[in-house]
Amino acid sequence: MKARIIVTLKTGVLDPQGKAIEAALTSFGLSGIDSVRQGKVFDVEVAGEDRTAAETTLKSACEKLLANTVVENYVIEIA
Amino acid sequence: MRAAIIVFPGSNRDADVARALAQSGAEVIKVWHADTALPAGTDLAVLPGGFSYGDYLRCGAIAGRAAAMDAVRAHAARGGLVLGICNGFQILCESGLLPGVLMRNVDRRFICHRQLLRVERADTRFTSAYAKDQVIDVCVAHGEGNYFADPETIARLEGDGRVAFRYSDAAGNLTVDANRNGSLNSIAGIYSENLNVLGLMPHPENFVEDLVGGTDGRGLFTSLAA
Repeated sequence: MKARIIVTLKTGVLDPQGKAIEAALTSFGLSGIDSVRQGKVFDVEVAGEDRTAAETTLKSACEKLLANTVVENYVIEIA
Repeated sequence: MRAAIIVFPGSNRDADVARALAQSGAEVIKVWHADTALPAGTDLAVLPGGFSYGDYLRCGAIAGRAAAMDAVRAHAARGGLVLGICNGFQILCESGLLPGVLMRNVDRRFICHRQLLRVERADTRFTSAYAKDQVIDVCVAHGEGNYFADPETIARLEGDGRVAFRYSDAAGNLTVDANRNGSLNSIAGIYSENLNVLGLMPHPENFVEDLVGGTDGRGLFTSLAA
């Protein structure tokens, strides 16, 4: 089973890298971009076909390692 | 004083902190990250600076879940002393031994320079050789030292006197210029609730010899060895 985990910074947490990317895009003369926030994507192969079990495993992976919940949120998408 | 220095793949300041501790009279033992126990009679566990696991995922994230960290956690729960410097501070935050997180420096640059710190209290096992409000001259070298925590956590740290060091100028003032990484409340180091765990971004172990520029870092190690 394929899954995707998206980790993003919580609202209000300063994102210097996102700011730098935003400034770079603006410097290219690209218009219409209001702001950029940077995050991470993890593509995970989960064994078996049990979606509920997969969700539990991936939630545990996020809480234990993939996201630092002090400053980050995560979303789990199972294909 | 028996000090156990935990060495992770990518630790690179273990020799410096070992030397600083030995200079102050501590017995130093190195412990590999995969070990599940600290040497018998360990008084102090040290997480040295460096780039454990290449800073992959987040600084200190993978090291914070290493086998040896379970032993460090148990040691801390028993009231044992724990010191984390730079990457060690990041590991302490990632492992849950200290609150908050070290974010990317506010100006996105790796900073590497001499740094003045104000000692917030001198009544702990880590700072008895200093005076309260003393300004000490040490070094910083990091890309992710921007201390962040939610407002409740910051209020708790401040209210309980758990800020150990702050970035300051020579007069002890907390200026924006002195706080180059953008840390909340100019926080350079914090204690755990029972004051037995200390994490700090600056490197006191850099300045324990006149030959390399200063000796203000010695106080931390002489305090511990006292």
